Amino acid sequence: MENTATYLGLIPLLPLAGALVTGLLHMLTCRRKPLPELFYGVVGCIGPLLAFFFALVLFFHLKGMPAEERFLSHIPYTWFAVGDLRVDMGFLADPLSSLMLLFVTFIGSLIHIYSIGYMAGDENFGKFFSYLNLFLGSMLILVLGNGPVVMFVGWEGVGLCSYLLISFYSKERENVLAGNKAFIVNRIGDFGFVLGVSLLFWAIGAGGFDYLALQANAGSLTPGVGIAVCLLLFLGACGKSAQIPLYVWLPDAMAGPTPVSALIHAATMVTAGVYMVARFSFLYVQFPVAGSVVAWVGILTALLAAIFGLFQRDIKKILAYSTVSQLGYMFAGVGVAAYSAGIFHVFTHAFFKALLFLGAGAVIYALHHQQDIWKMGGLKEKMPKTYWTMLIGALALAGCPPLSGFFSKDEILFSALAHGHIGIWLVGVVVAALTAYYTFRMIFVVFHGQPRDQHAWEQAKDAPAVMTWPLLILAFGAFFVGFLNLPGLFGGGLRVSHWLAPSLVESHPHVGLGVELLAVFAGVAAFVVGITLAYRKFGKGATEPEYRGFARFAYHKFYVDELYNALFVQPYKAFGGVISRILEPKVTDLPVRLSTWLYRWAGNAFKVLQVGYVRVYALYMVIGLSLMSLILSQSIN
Amino acid sequence: MIQDYLILSIILFSLGILGVISRRNVFTVFMSIELMLNAANLAFIALSRLHESMDGHVLAMMVMAVAAAEAALALAVVILLHKHKGKLDTNVFSLLRG
Repeated sequence: MENTATYLGLIPLLPLAGALVTGLLHMLTCRRKPLPELFYGVVGCIGPLLAFFFALVLFFHLKGMPAEERFLSHIPYTWFAVGDLRVDMGFLADPLSSLMLLFVTFIGSLIHIYSIGYMAGDENFGKFFSYLNLFLGSMLILVLGNGPVVMFVGWEGVGLCSYLLISFYSKERENVLAGNKAFIVNRIGDFGFVLGVSLLFWAIGAGGFDYLALQANAGSLTPGVGIAVCLLLFLGACGKSAQIPLYVWLPDAMAGPTPVSALIHAATMVTAGVYMVARFSFLYVQFPVAGSVVAWVGILTALLAAIFGLFQRDIKKILAYSTVSQLGYMFAGVGVAAYSAGIFHVFTHAFFKALLFLGAGAVIYALHHQQDIWKMGGLKEKMPKTYWTMLIGALALAGCPPLSGFFSKDEILFSALAHGHIGIWLVGVVVAALTAYYTFRMIFVVFHGQPRDQHAWEQAKDAPAVMTWPLLILAFGAFFVGFLNLPGLFGGGLRVSHWLAPSLVESHPHVGLGVELLAVFAGVAAFVVGITLAYRKFGKGATEPEYRGFARFAYHKFYVDELYNALFVQPYKAFGGVISRILEPKVTDLPVRLSTWLYRWAGNAFKVLQVGYVRVYALYMVIGLSLMSLILSQSIN
Repeated sequence: MIQDYLILSIILFSLGILGVISRRNVFTVFMSIELMLNAANLAFIALSRLHESMDGHVLAMMVMAVAAAEAALALAVVILLHKHKGKLDTNVFSLLRG
């Protein structure tokens, strides 16, 4: 149906229009009398909510179609056409993008609403909503784009918004540096992405450059080119989704406001890499080697980030490392060609991680911007709503059956086992135990035990309704969305996987019931072990431990930041210094300087002739005319 | 015969140029310009007579009209200049900005 397809163009446009309106109004009024916050809040929330509404309409429209024909495309105009390359500004909705669309707009809307409460009183309230809307619009372009080029527009758009929002409190140098770091590290990834897409175009771009045409032509790729394309694209994903070796920016990105951490650096943007790999599943399936690289990088990132997460003291950094770790799981999932499992984990993770971040935001808000967990404690009585919702989020993250995180994580680990990647499965189970441990370390230290800061504890209370309602809704989601993809073992029908099946190229190996049971029991055992250890150590109150040996090493994040600093940043800076001090002034600028000097000299030389008296100029004219006449008369004769 | 007219015209024209170049009074400069115009007119008429055609006459009439218009304009400018600095010495007006 034509009408429904045109919604596709409308969905990214709505938040972008919101960004334009709020941004312009903020720009025009912030110098004088700012508009009331409620105005920005309402205008800022209309775009996402409407987008969510249209996403729902689209979803149900797709659901009403036969499974094989679930595909809507809308091409408002041709963006550009150069030689063989013709790029349409096209949007497409298939099961994969419609699922992403649904939860991006849903969680985006909730976080917009939450921000009204969290950002209250900020002098740049309007700017914040403008950026947030811009982010959502870019993310929707990324998700809905019908080819790599349109996706790249959104890809860069979300990167820009991420940068703007990390450095949102730009009066502090640290925040600006964190923003710069995120942007620069992302650029390295984007470089890989651009190279990958260019290589793809060079190889098979002649037959059209949207996903459908690429999928149709993917068979003619030679293995060398194909693997290179896959790995380059994955480098892009590493940047955006914070995988080894480019994960370093995400923990620093927590300098931004907490709703931003929840929306951009946990729920949506960072999953763009996973989405991209799933979109290109037709490539990765052809080249299992590339898939294995993705899976191993993913699972090692999961392990590394989980180890870092064990020792952090900043509540948001703990969550940031857990995000990196969960993203690692997702890559492990898509890497072993279990795309639907990876995407399903993206889906559930968006709920429980947004919930945890928003809960952490409520805690930070209640304690007047205190983020150190060793200065919290005993908040359970003071903030019951936050406690219970965060507990659900933590249980889901830790993989407690039957919450959402359990099913999605189990699906990934089971797929790894079923595809024969025993090593990945083993590491994954260890990481699951670590996850349960550090998650509940945070919960126990923050909410249980004795208050460590009596004064702050007495003043703490639950956040206003505009902030707690999103928490409750997300907690509901974090609890129940897992049932959407209940595996056959528990009497479910893997409905999400079946929904996604038409967009993805994946195989489901048939394995015995034993393997399935093994995966489930390992997952549950990991959860139990992790939570028991955490309870033993932190359950009944604990004091801040002294870190020694390995713990100290891990507390300092293996000194990776320092290593990067010494290996890349400093040499690069020195190189830049050489360029700016020697190469630029002495070599490249030389001709330019010479020509300016020449002009100045010529001007000085001819200045004498310019006396300003009209009669002298008349004399010049007479002399000139006389000479001209003389020459003419000579040439005529 | 015709040479005499042309020589007279050249003499008048040269006197005009000399006046423009050497004199400093704005009025004198202006009159010198008029002199050059009339020297040109004389040449036109003389040559017109030689070629027995009316073209030169037409041009001479045109030059006179232009000279009249120019005189009206130039006198207004001279008055303004005088109001501005109180002098009519061209050396005073050597800067582009007032």
